[in-house]
Amino acid sequence: MNELQFLTWVRGPGLDIAVGIFLLGVVWRLLEIYTLGRRKDLAAPRHAAGASGLHTVFRRSLPPQGMLKRSPVSYIGGYLFHVGLAIVVFLFAPHILLVTNLTGLSWPGLPSQFVDLVAVVTMAAMVVVLVDRINKPAKRFLSTFEDWFTWAVTFLPVLTGWMAVQHLLLPYTTMLALHILSVEVLLVVLPFTKLFHAFTLFGSRWYNGKANAQRGVPV
Amino acid sequence: MSVSLEKGIHALKEVIDAPIASYFESCVHCGLCAEACLFYTETGDPKYTPIHKVEPLRRVYEQEYTLLGRLKKMVGLSKPVTDAELDQWQELVYDSCTMCGRCSLICPVGNDIVYMVRKLREGMAVSGHVPDGIKSATKRTVELGGPMGLKWPAVANVLRKAEEATGLRIPIDQPGADYLVLLSSMEIVNYPEYIEALAKIFHKAGISFTLASDAFEATNAGIQIGNSDLARVIVSRIVDAAEKLKVKNVLSPECGHAYMAIRWEGPNLIGRPFTFNVVHVLELLDELRQKGVLKMKDKLKDPLILHDPCQIVRRGGVLQAPEPLIQQVAENYIPIVDKQKWNWCCGGGGGASAIHTEPAEALRAKAFKIKKRQIEEAGVGTMVTFCANCRITMEEGFDHYEMDTKLLGLTELLAEHLED
Repeated sequence: MNELQFLTWVRGPGLDIAVGIFLLGVVWRLLEIYTLGRRKDLAAPRHAAGASGLHTVFRRSLPPQGMLKRSPVSYIGGYLFHVGLAIVVFLFAPHILLVTNLTGLSWPGLPSQFVDLVAVVTMAAMVVVLVDRINKPAKRFLSTFEDWFTWAVTFLPVLTGWMAVQHLLLPYTTMLALHILSVEVLLVVLPFTKLFHAFTLFGSRWYNGKANAQRGVPV
Repeated sequence: MSVSLEKGIHALKEVIDAPIASYFESCVHCGLCAEACLFYTETGDPKYTPIHKVEPLRRVYEQEYTLLGRLKKMVGLSKPVTDAELDQWQELVYDSCTMCGRCSLICPVGNDIVYMVRKLREGMAVSGHVPDGIKSATKRTVELGGPMGLKWPAVANVLRKAEEATGLRIPIDQPGADYLVLLSSMEIVNYPEYIEALAKIFHKAGISFTLASDAFEATNAGIQIGNSDLARVIVSRIVDAAEKLKVKNVLSPECGHAYMAIRWEGPNLIGRPFTFNVVHVLELLDELRQKGVLKMKDKLKDPLILHDPCQIVRRGGVLQAPEPLIQQVAENYIPIVDKQKWNWCCGGGGGASAIHTEPAEALRAKAFKIKKRQIEEAGVGTMVTFCANCRITMEEGFDHYEMDTKLLGLTELLAEHLED
């Protein structure tokens, strides 16, 4: 298989397989989790301002009292790489073009140089949070193979994409093919690892907020 | 697999619901919950990271309820939960977790970790992996009526003494009263002034009340141990008495777990809503304050801080009542940074204070450093709280660190300064 055949494969059958596993995986996992149901709370509710499932879905996006000071790297690094990833994935013109070709949907992108810069910042932030994971006792203690693996699986698409655009190391075609392949690995892995928090965190925050709202506590 | 372990695993399978599944799937191992837990912040030992404490529950979830987990189990790739492991986990689920729920407020993905610990305790209890101290407290509650093995004649004796001290009648088994008053054994034994205080306040406010000779104990060791069947037996006693006497309200004492047990877990344990309201004593007092009934003859001058008990405030939702009440009676109340729902636990909740092994007591003393710091940073010699269990735990902490901090109960303090 030469470079072109490789690129053709990752753009064609490879992508179909990855997107297929991703979509089926997401639906399966969501059903697996949320069909378990839960019991109704029979205690008479207490009402309080700011206490509800929806409030918590939004409120938890901000650091709770005192936490930014206790763990600045987690919050600042976390914000940077999450927002960075969102910008790189959804606001890079070639990515939008891909979605437009597949679905017809289109939205304005950001200038390439800016996305370049965001990619570098994102990678830097990811390296910092990785170092933090190694340094902080609680983080290191909790870490399993999955944590290192999912970090790599998330990092590689950014790295290969940035290198392809910068024409670094390998010929553009090869690097682009590797980039697409790494995204496909990410798509396949996402529903079955902790990366699935991208879907479940809304449910989790809502359940927590709702259960505590019953008692009149905004959490 | 032993029969008890099998039962324990079965119990864990039963308690796993959509929230638990969602929480486990959301965890990214960020470890921020550790920063919310006093057992981690005061020891620096990562094994006290809250989400790690529910690891056996996670594995049962993964192995029983996820496709990949079931596949792994089929081909023998998963690590089964064993008796030895649960035995080792006892320290993490009981000694070093007071169910204070601070971690549930911190988790960035929104996991209600204390809810998960509560569920894991169900399996621990059924499989017999519960500290002896909590086990025997539960046994005494079921057999004798209270965790301290207190029987009605002894309680009646305390009530008689309170009648003598106040000159007021304390009604017993009186049908149709506004409030059925519940007590906690610790109050009866260690702080009988609480009963006198209540009698004075009820009398002043013109509210009718009664005690029930067959349901005076409000605490629920079944909930602390994590055994729903026992918890149901204990809570049913109160429900039966309240319904037999046809009272409008049941008054929970200051005690934190008692309030949690009767107010929030009670209806879920018996499987139906109550026919009466459950009111925490501070809610009632704040209502009386707002009505202008709770007038003080003078105020306490000592600078003091408030310790908000976890089960009443953060987990119980009595958020607004304590501060105005303390301001009603204290001239120099100093609000601390981590107050109200952000307060740090005394270190003895969730049954932990009933565990009297050497390591558990040493750990409690270490965890208490956070309360010590709060007191020292505020520069006060007095702390006020409203939970008998917090008081016992903190008195032990003061003894350990040879602190001469004065510890007062809020209800008693109010009663002491009440206008005659």
